[in-house]
Amino acid sequence: MSHHDTALDSDTLVIGYKESGQKVAENLSVSLKPGEFVSLLGPNGVGKSTLIRTLAGIDDPLEGRVFLKGEPLSDLTPKERARRISVVLADALPGAMLSVYGLIALGRHPYTGLMGGLATDDKERVDWAIETMGIQDLANRRFGEISDGERQKALIARALAQEADVLLLDEPTAFVDLPSHVEIVNVLRELAHSQGLAVMASSHDLELSLSFSDKLWLMDLEGKLTNGVPEDLVLQGSVARLFQGEFSGWDAESGSFRVRKTPARFARVSGDGETCYWVRRALERVGFGIRDDDEVALEVSVGSDTNSCPIYQAIIGDRSKTFTSLGDLLAWIGRMDRAVSGHRAKYG
Amino acid sequence: MAGICFGSVNIPLFEVLKSLIGSDDAGTLHSAIVLEFRLPRTATAAFAGASLAAAGLMMQTVFRNPLADPFVLGVNSGASLGVAIALLVLGPGGIALASQTPLTGSLLVVVAATIGAGASLGLILILSRRVDVMSLLILGLMISYGVSSIVSILIYYSMADRLQVFFNWSFGNFGAVTLGQLGLFIPIAILGLIGAILLVKRLDAFLLGERYAKSLGVGVEGSRLAILACASLLAGVVTGFCGPIGFIGIAAPHLCRYLFKTSEHRFLVPASILMGALVGLTSDILARAPGLEATLPLNSVTALIGVPVIIAALLKQKSYQRLFGG
Repeated sequence: MSHHDTALDSDTLVIGYKESGQKVAENLSVSLKPGEFVSLLGPNGVGKSTLIRTLAGIDDPLEGRVFLKGEPLSDLTPKERARRISVVLADALPGAMLSVYGLIALGRHPYTGLMGGLATDDKERVDWAIETMGIQDLANRRFGEISDGERQKALIARALAQEADVLLLDEPTAFVDLPSHVEIVNVLRELAHSQGLAVMASSHDLELSLSFSDKLWLMDLEGKLTNGVPEDLVLQGSVARLFQGEFSGWDAESGSFRVRKTPARFARVSGDGETCYWVRRALERVGFGIRDDDEVALEVSVGSDTNSCPIYQAIIGDRSKTFTSLGDLLAWIGRMDRAVSGHRAKYG
Repeated sequence: MAGICFGSVNIPLFEVLKSLIGSDDAGTLHSAIVLEFRLPRTATAAFAGASLAAAGLMMQTVFRNPLADPFVLGVNSGASLGVAIALLVLGPGGIALASQTPLTGSLLVVVAATIGAGASLGLILILSRRVDVMSLLILGLMISYGVSSIVSILIYYSMADRLQVFFNWSFGNFGAVTLGQLGLFIPIAILGLIGAILLVKRLDAFLLGERYAKSLGVGVEGSRLAILACASLLAGVVTGFCGPIGFIGIAAPHLCRYLFKTSEHRFLVPASILMGALVGLTSDILARAPGLEATLPLNSVTALIGVPVIIAALLKQKSYQRLFGG
């Protein structure tokens, strides 16, 4: 195996619990390059956290070895390892009396002297980490008082203060609201690309992972790990297989989850751009198939008014109406449907 | 100083100073009281308080449990068993030896308590390599309960005159340490306190839990062993010389967290040592009830100081769980 351009890799790794000897997953070959942002996806309980701890040297592998730039992890001293790999774990969070600054400063532990006091360069690195995560206003708060999203940012800043080239994160976006979620994923990706860090984060969010990751590691219930660029994995059907049974409605064409129904009727949407895309999505959600010919029950043409707000003109049979929101449009379709079925109930 | 002045006989401050600097014209009675009783007692109270506070702080951090103190690991009950065996089982020989030496045969009690504390410490240290921290906490409690019941059985079958000696020890007392014994007690306490100060960096790493500590390059098993050994040494020596003393180990670190609003051990360890000494001295003065002829049991005084502190911290923080997370 060639190691020279990898930050972290493994030969066929068996992970699990040392005490009981219970295997969680085997045959795991992974490789993480500098400058790469990788997302680890898989159903609950496949061993994502165990894999992260094993790669970080916190748990020992049952078999196989982890390498850092080709050097076996087990050959490094604990301090050397701490200077080269940092982690954000999903463990219960630490004491509330600790200030956010104090928490982040703990990342300097592998560099500080006997009493753990911070030297000038330690302080500079801590300040850099705080700035990178954009949490300057949190530095003097107690860790126990801040929100979940802020805590995750503080924990990532702590890992960054550790000044390692490999950053492994276990669900850094769990319990985090959507804007913070996107922000965190963006920062991680940016750190990989601009600082050359090798970043790997486990996630539950397939859609965001597909959009933001350079590579995906997919771990399935049999404990098998598939990796590649997101688009390859979608085209090979690996993504669909991974989530089979857990969710349905994965739509490979759009790379997102959709309500899955065989369409009983069709609609044609004319117009262009972003607005059209969302009109199609709305119609698909309520059960229309989309096609471009004349064999359709509904026609919607998208235009815009003088203030360039979208207007939707809808035609069903001989009825036609204009709307300014998709909510009104869908409500009208619903009323028309009820009128037809009511008519059938009366006369049919 | 106040600790030296007050007591069943109040001694004017001026006289105390004269005694301490060895001036000839100091009243001989007062001088004797100061040098023979008050000075050792005050020094013992300060060092015992400091040691218990440092040990309590270390236990709370390692176990991530606000109510952990040295005694949850069974150091207390181990020492009780040692003393109970020495006083109640070894029979007339033991009790004769005890009554021959001054101050209720304190040396025998000290040796027995230290051996007992050391034995339970050894057991805990052996177990600590095999189980995780939470299991160890529960094991410590179970060992305590088990040992306490053996002590209860011994008490049940013992004669009243021997029980009195045992109960005197179990109430806790800073006054039983003689000037000569201080030469042993203080160096051991200082050794433990220096150990605690040297461990501050490892203690900080434990704030985030053992996995994070490991990811920071800390040898978790070794550090845990070192911290527990240091805490047990401190608790063991205090228990040996002064009997089991509760609440200082819990209350002093909490007072410091509350006053200094920090969890960082390079501040908390020295602060707890000083606070422990202060609480120790205050308890000692209150126990001697200045102005009264009688003395109060030391453990009642430490409890009366400790309980309000813990309740205040609890109310202030709304939830103790949030203080520590998890």
